[in-house]
Amino acid sequence: MDLELSESELAFQAEARAWLAANVPAEPLPSLDTAEGFVLHQAWEAKLAAERWSVVSWPKEYHGREASLVEWIIFEEEYYRAGAPLRVSQNGIFLLAPIIFEHGTPEQQDRFLPSMATGERVWAQCWSEPEAGSDLASLKSTARRDDERGGWVLNGQKIWCSRAALAQWGFGLFRSDPEAQKHAGLTYFLFPLDAEGVTVRPIAQLDGEEGFAEVFFDDVFVPDADVLGAPGDGWRVAMSTAGNERGLSLRSPGRFTAAADRLLDLYDEKPDPRVADRVVDAWLKAEAYRLYTWGTVTRLKDGGDIGAAGSVNKVWWSELDVALHETALDLLGPDAELESRWLDGYTFSLSGPIYAGTNEIQRNIIAERILGLPREPKGVQK
Amino acid sequence: MKFELTTDQQDFAASLESLLAAADCVAAARSWAEGDHAAGLRLWERLAEQGLTMLATEASPVEVCVAFEALGRHAVPGPWVEAAAYLPVALGAEVEGVATVAMPRALDADVADAVYAVVDGTLHSATAGTAHTSVDRSRHLFDVTPGEAVAHGDLAAAYDLAVLATAAQLLGAGERVLADAVTYVKQRKQFGREIGSYQAIKHKLADVRIALDFARPLVHGAALDPTRRAVSAAKVACADAAYLASRTGLQVHGAIGYTQEFDLSVWITKIRALVTAWGTPGEHRARILETLRSA
Repeated sequence: MDLELSESELAFQAEARAWLAANVPAEPLPSLDTAEGFVLHQAWEAKLAAERWSVVSWPKEYHGREASLVEWIIFEEEYYRAGAPLRVSQNGIFLLAPIIFEHGTPEQQDRFLPSMATGERVWAQCWSEPEAGSDLASLKSTARRDDERGGWVLNGQKIWCSRAALAQWGFGLFRSDPEAQKHAGLTYFLFPLDAEGVTVRPIAQLDGEEGFAEVFFDDVFVPDADVLGAPGDGWRVAMSTAGNERGLSLRSPGRFTAAADRLLDLYDEKPDPRVADRVVDAWLKAEAYRLYTWGTVTRLKDGGDIGAAGSVNKVWWSELDVALHETALDLLGPDAELESRWLDGYTFSLSGPIYAGTNEIQRNIIAERILGLPREPKGVQK
Repeated sequence: MKFELTTDQQDFAASLESLLAAADCVAAARSWAEGDHAAGLRLWERLAEQGLTMLATEASPVEVCVAFEALGRHAVPGPWVEAAAYLPVALGAEVEGVATVAMPRALDADVADAVYAVVDGTLHSATAGTAHTSVDRSRHLFDVTPGEAVAHGDLAAAYDLAVLATAAQLLGAGERVLADAVTYVKQRKQFGREIGSYQAIKHKLADVRIALDFARPLVHGAALDPTRRAVSAAKVACADAAYLASRTGLQVHGAIGYTQEFDLSVWITKIRALVTAWGTPGEHRARILETLRSA
């Protein structure tokens, strides 16, 4: 049992740290959910990609450096410690790319991965529908076969689509077989958000920024080449990303250990003994998450699967994130309500327990799949 | 980078588990509570034969944690933290027989061959005085009168190992309460179905699973590098997680859980006692903050 980094891992860490120190913008970029900020964040992605730092774990042919899982965690730790910009491309690189690697054809990999790595093409996730949130498989948007043109025709509505207001392409599930049972008959599609028949209506989030959008599909044609995985197999294909989103890939510990360090700095500036225990708990939970992740990495290296443990992970980081930012706001006192980086972080943290499967759904998964408790009888379904 | 128990450590855990599972530890704890130490002392001897009393001086803190997690899981009675974690480091040698140390009261001094106390940072032999009743009836606590000073080693390191061992014991106790609660809610039916199928129950137990899952790496991390900060973090996290387990375990059992006769009571009361033993959560949080600010 050890937590030692190897010589090559330490060298990788030093290289990442040096590059980030020299290249991270001194001033924070404008929000990536504004038109101006979006473009600047794309430029940052291009800069990362030019030195192979945007997707370190990917193959070299797609701008990666074939970093190991351990190196990826190291990179993330350095990235957040350096205060580098949020990743405008995260839906693509963390949610979609793993599926393209697993289920995409070589042609799709060649066509979609390079522009994702450079930030040139930003992807939006289009999962939820007005009537299909936690119960995603009840989605109603349709895909109708069009043999003549060699593809599918999409109709329906998606909502809460992160980045869709400004992104170029989207990915989501559509019901391609109306006769099939709920989870069957779904197909995974990739589509340009400026295609004929697509209407994007941005939605202002709690902080006033248009971080997500509604997307309407009115006879949108998608060629067979842009179907990911087999038609009708979309649920299985999509669930490989759901695991990634909940688990390791979206929220590496570096994000929270860096935030806990900033919280300690804030406590130094504004020491309030009444809040001291909560400052300690924020640090402790981030530290627990860091160590827990090394355990996960060890299991994955040995060929294990994150499985339902991804749900344990997701509840932890999302609740830690809220608690950490609430503590910072308490330290800020009457200034807490004023615009600040802490307030931005707080508002963003509030979405954590909701997206990527609400924490209530995660607790059901933990109870049923890890503790082995009986499933709750489900309501009548159509 | 390999953050999991080695095969040897897993084998050690498994052999302790099979020994303790077959030993009727609860009966030993209950008779120990009544002042009958015979079964508990037999268990002590068998565990000493397995090497438990020499781990602190001969093995790594990881093995110490493996052992104390098992002791907590099975509610083994006796001054184990004192005799197998604190004193071997404080005295620089394995303790022969049963020994205890006042922190600030001496656990099970009535059955100990040797009693110690710490006075102004030095170790002294001590004599047991007035007995006190603990919430955990198997913990008999005694005031002490210090006697002669004795030669000793690093008492701070001894204290930190004792804190870590207590954390591991809490982790094991919490795991046991969760496992028993899960078993119970799968059997108990109300309104025509298992109460474990209701989300109100599921979510409480899921929160216990989460808390224990994130306490464990802090224990193992501290075992690899037992700094003041790391052991305090492990103690805080394990105390919080085990206490949550005990409160939740009691709640999902309902009235039967509130009886002394039902075995759950053995762990509920032990967890309550261990939460404040070897430093309260407040003291350990203060230690963590102090080390973070001087960093």
